Amino acid sequence: MLEQYQDVAPQGTVELLRQLGRRVEGKTLVHVNSTRLGGGVAEILHRLLPLFDELGIKARWEVMAGSDVFYRTTKSFHNALQGTRQRITPEMYDAFIECNRDNAKRLNLDSEFAMIHDPQAVALINARPHGATWIWRCHIDVSTPQHSVWQFLRPFVVRYDAAVFSLPKFSQRLPLPQFLVYPSIDPFSEKNREMESDEIERVLQRLSVPRDKPILLQVSRFDRFKDPVGVVAAYRLVKKSHDCRLVLAGGTATDDPEGAEVLAEVQEAVGTDPDVHILLLPPTANLEINALQRAATIIYQKSTREGFGLTVAEALWKGKPVIGGETGGITIQLIPEVTGFTVNSPEGAAFYTRRLLNEPELMTVLGRQGKEYARHRFLITRHLQEYLGLLIYLQQRVRSG
Amino acid sequence: MSNRSANMPFRFVSCMELREVLGKRAMDEHRLLELIEEVPADSIYYHTHSYFLRHAYTQQLYSNDFATWVVLYAQDRLLGERLGVLDPFDFDDIEQLRDEILRIMSEHLNHSTVPRCVVSEPFEFIRSHIIEIPLGLEARTLCEFHDALANVEVGAVYNHVCEARMRKRQLSVDFARWFSSEEGLGLQELARNVEQVGRLGLSLEGMRKKILRLCDDELARQRTL
Repeated sequence: MLEQYQDVAPQGTVELLRQLGRRVEGKTLVHVNSTRLGGGVAEILHRLLPLFDELGIKARWEVMAGSDVFYRTTKSFHNALQGTRQRITPEMYDAFIECNRDNAKRLNLDSEFAMIHDPQAVALINARPHGATWIWRCHIDVSTPQHSVWQFLRPFVVRYDAAVFSLPKFSQRLPLPQFLVYPSIDPFSEKNREMESDEIERVLQRLSVPRDKPILLQVSRFDRFKDPVGVVAAYRLVKKSHDCRLVLAGGTATDDPEGAEVLAEVQEAVGTDPDVHILLLPPTANLEINALQRAATIIYQKSTREGFGLTVAEALWKGKPVIGGETGGITIQLIPEVTGFTVNSPEGAAFYTRRLLNEPELMTVLGRQGKEYARHRFLITRHLQEYLGLLIYLQQRVRSG
Repeated sequence: MSNRSANMPFRFVSCMELREVLGKRAMDEHRLLELIEEVPADSIYYHTHSYFLRHAYTQQLYSNDFATWVVLYAQDRLLGERLGVLDPFDFDDIEQLRDEILRIMSEHLNHSTVPRCVVSEPFEFIRSHIIEIPLGLEARTLCEFHDALANVEVGAVYNHVCEARMRKRQLSVDFARWFSSEEGLGLQELARNVEQVGRLGLSLEGMRKKILRLCDDELARQRTL
């Protein structure tokens, strides 16, 4: 499986991975998160695990099981950590602890290394086996959290051996080493693999999206931080001068109960405009997303708060010009006028959309450069390389005391 | 001469960089100066050398992170230009480089009109841990070296040029030492030319191409003998 990356990853990458793998061959690693379907973490774990395996690292993936109260609580934590004030009751904190305690009994955490993803499972640290090295992998921005929520979570976090953040500014002052690892996309996954034009056409027909005019696309969960209502506002400004379609494609992850509310707000904003397509896709609709991204003229990720925003890397990999909110990891992926544009408002998004629609050659240049940038910075091979490096580093640190 | 086989082969070793966030942030130039003074040398190294390992598109402004940040976020073009021209290959060690950055910044902040602005992105101090990766690839002749270098992962170029010289304090490029040594190829002139490659402000791919061209020239010269 690793061999197929020879043709897409930067030169020499696969050999480098094999050499790194030898340094931690035979080690055991367990990943824990809160959902097997939906969201970037689950997606990348599905792809990373077989690669670890091929390199001789015995990697497993355990998933938390929780009640509705648990998922509501962790969704509130998620929002609170990203800066939106939440009311969290003592019962919710209790439910969180109890759920982590139950999962600690249920899950197999017996492993030399554990990578615990995001806050949902952070309290599993209470069940760390003796001698194991535990890493807290935080995918969200905890730089300006609601104080009470962070104070609740921090005592768990500080007991880990290391933390990993997707951006430096997402990190907190913590008495443990904090590493920086960008997330990634897999060029051979159903969502990113090459597609023939007739295959794309068939998928768009099935989704009832005609290709008679330029398609503006945002793929994301219906989440306020992704600003889908702002995207509709941008589209309306563009529509005054360019006939185009807007496609908002998304679904809700199983750990995201707020999605339906936001979807209703978007539907209200769209009204009866026949050129706007709201597509509610299941978490397994990877091929559909691939086809939509390849059929799109311009791709948005107009978030107001963002973890990393991997849909941007997906779009770059497909050679598309991207307009994204100036927040989080989008600013790493979009180099203004080189791989795309970053904006702070629907008006900004509309301005650059018009510019791109007026300058097709600029779209081609941005698309070409974006793909090359994604190849070097955002493919799974680079991600795997950094995780292997982290295991090697932590293993050496343990050995040297 | 053209078929000379070295007693000691050149062994290619690549490397990868593990980035550690130090949790130190500067929101203005004065704080940036203070933190440059106190952070570990590994962090100064990261912010002045690691750009080589990043993609060419992210190197488009200046070749050190301090210069890029003061231009993009502190809106101070003058200081950016003064820091941007610093060539890390002009210094024998990181502390000398740190001193020069501090001197430039202090002089600028004391004597120039410094723009006042609220920065949207703080400067985040990072340090890197380099993990070396022996590639099991050896060369004994110049031809073998040329072919191996042409295909090797680009991290090996970084390791043998930047890491060798600055962090390992060998004060010269690994390739050049092998070319010049009697255990290696004993090619003094080629070694001198390769030593200069890091000073040309090239990307890693640019360095690779330049070294390959120097090897080509040497091989062509040997064929005429």
